[in-house]
Amino acid sequence: MAVPVTGEESLPGAPYHYNPDLERLEIELLLEGVFRHYGFDFRSYAYASIRRRLWKRVEGEGLRNISALQARILHDPEAMERLLLDLSVNVTAMFRDPSFYREFRERVVPLLRTYPFIRIWHAGCSTGEEVFSMAILLEEEGLYDRARLYATDINDVVLQRAKQGIFPLDRMQEYTENYLRAGGKRSFSEYYTAKYDGAIFSPSLTRNIVFSQHNLVTDRSFSEFHVIFCRNVLIYFDRELQNHVHALFYDSLVMFGVLALGSKETLKFSQYESCYEKLSPTEKIYRKVN
Amino acid sequence: MDLDRVGYDIVMVGTSWGGLAALRTLVAGLPEEFGMAVTIVQHRHKDSDHLLRQLLQESSPLTVCEIEDKMPIEHGRIYVAPPDYHTLVEPGYFSLSTEAPVRYSRPSIDVAFGSAADSYTHRAVGVMLTGANADGAEGLRLISDRGGLAFVQDPATAESPMMPRAAARAVPRARVMALPEIVRFLAELPAGAPEREDA
Repeated sequence: MAVPVTGEESLPGAPYHYNPDLERLEIELLLEGVFRHYGFDFRSYAYASIRRRLWKRVEGEGLRNISALQARILHDPEAMERLLLDLSVNVTAMFRDPSFYREFRERVVPLLRTYPFIRIWHAGCSTGEEVFSMAILLEEEGLYDRARLYATDINDVVLQRAKQGIFPLDRMQEYTENYLRAGGKRSFSEYYTAKYDGAIFSPSLTRNIVFSQHNLVTDRSFSEFHVIFCRNVLIYFDRELQNHVHALFYDSLVMFGVLALGSKETLKFSQYESCYEKLSPTEKIYRKVN
Repeated sequence: MDLDRVGYDIVMVGTSWGGLAALRTLVAGLPEEFGMAVTIVQHRHKDSDHLLRQLLQESSPLTVCEIEDKMPIEHGRIYVAPPDYHTLVEPGYFSLSTEAPVRYSRPSIDVAFGSAADSYTHRAVGVMLTGANADGAEGLRLISDRGGLAFVQDPATAESPMMPRAAARAVPRARVMALPEIVRFLAELPAGAPEREDA
C-alpha cells in the first residue's frame, strides 16, 4: 500500500512493500470507471498530480486504498462530486504573476484596440480570479465595453463560485499588491465591498462575462477568439492531451490571435511551437502566425 | 546498502530560504561528469526571479535549469524548482501543479520528494540541508522506505538545524553527515542507466 505524502499521521517506520505497478493499475481502473460511468475523462491527466489528489480523497473518505475509492465513487454520486472538486480546484490569486499583466497591457492591449469587438476565452477559469483580473484590466484600458469574456471550466461547482465574484477578504492585501505591480491605475478597493470575511466584487465587472461549463478533453471549440487564456491548466495534462488541447486552441483562435500560458508552461515541448511567435520576451504570451 | 550494485538516477535536494550557501557548496562539489539529475527544491518568495538559477550556475560546471512543465529529466543537469508551484517528478520528466500549499509551502519539499520516491523508488536519493521548518522529513522517509538513499546535513553543522533535525528524526536510516562529506559521497555514487521517458 502506498501512503500519501500529505498525511499528518505517522507512517510505519519499517520499510513496507510498495508496488508502483499495482498502484498504477488501480488508478487506471478507477479513471476508466469514472469515464465510463460519469463521462469525465481524467485518463490522460499528469500522473503524479492525479495520484496525489486521489490519495487525498482516499484519506478524506476514510478508506485504505484506491480500489476502495473506486467502489465508493461508482456507487455514491456524492463521493464522485467530492472527488471532482479535488481534481479541479487549484489555488491561484488575482493578478497572479503581476509581470504577466504588465506585459499584457503593454503588448496585447494595443493589438486589441484594433478590433471593433473582442472575444476572450478563459479556458479552465476555476474560481474566477483570473477572469475578474482581466475584466478590471480591460475596464481600465477602456476596452471592456467591446469585450466578451467566456469563462469555462469542467466543474460546475467552481463555476458557481466564480459567478458570485466573492473572494476571501484575507487575501485582499496580497491582491492589492499584485494589482499595483500589475500596472493597476486606480485604487483596488474601488472594485469590491467588504462583507463579513468576503470581498464582494462589483457586479458591473461581470456584465460582459459568460460563465459556462466546458470540458477541454471532450468538448469542441464553440467560437473564434482573439485571446485565449489557459494559464496553469495544461500542467495537469500529459503531453499527448496537451497537444490535443493545443489543437483545439489553434482552431479556436483568429489569425494573429493571442495565446497566454502560465509562466512555467511552454510550447517548446508541444507540436504547435512553429504555429506561434512570442509576443513577449519574458512572459508566455504567443501570437498565432500560421 | 550495497552501493556497488545499485545505480541512482535522481538526487532530490531540499532546503528552505537561507540555504543558498549550502546549495552553492553542494553544486560546486559535483564533477562535470556527474551521472545523475539533481533537483533542488528551495522555499523562496513567490515572486523571486531567476537569481537562484544564475548563482548556482556560477558555482557549477553542470548546466542549471529552472523547471518548466513537462521538462525532460536528463542526467548531468541541475534543475531548480520554480517558486509558487509544486514540482512533481514523473518517470523521465517534471510536472508542475498549483494545488494548495502544503504546510504553507509551495514548492513543498515533501510533495517533490514524495513524487520522486513514487516515480524512481530505489533509484532516488534525498538530501535534506539547512532550514527552519519541518518540511521534507516525510518526503525523505518515503524515499528511504522505497529503497532510495537518504542524506541529512548534520544539524550541528547546519546554519539552521530545524529541518535536518526533523528529517534525521523521521528517517533513522538516513546518513547524517557534514555537507562536504555528503558532497563527496554523492560524487562517488554509481549512476543508473539513462532513463527513457515513459519506459
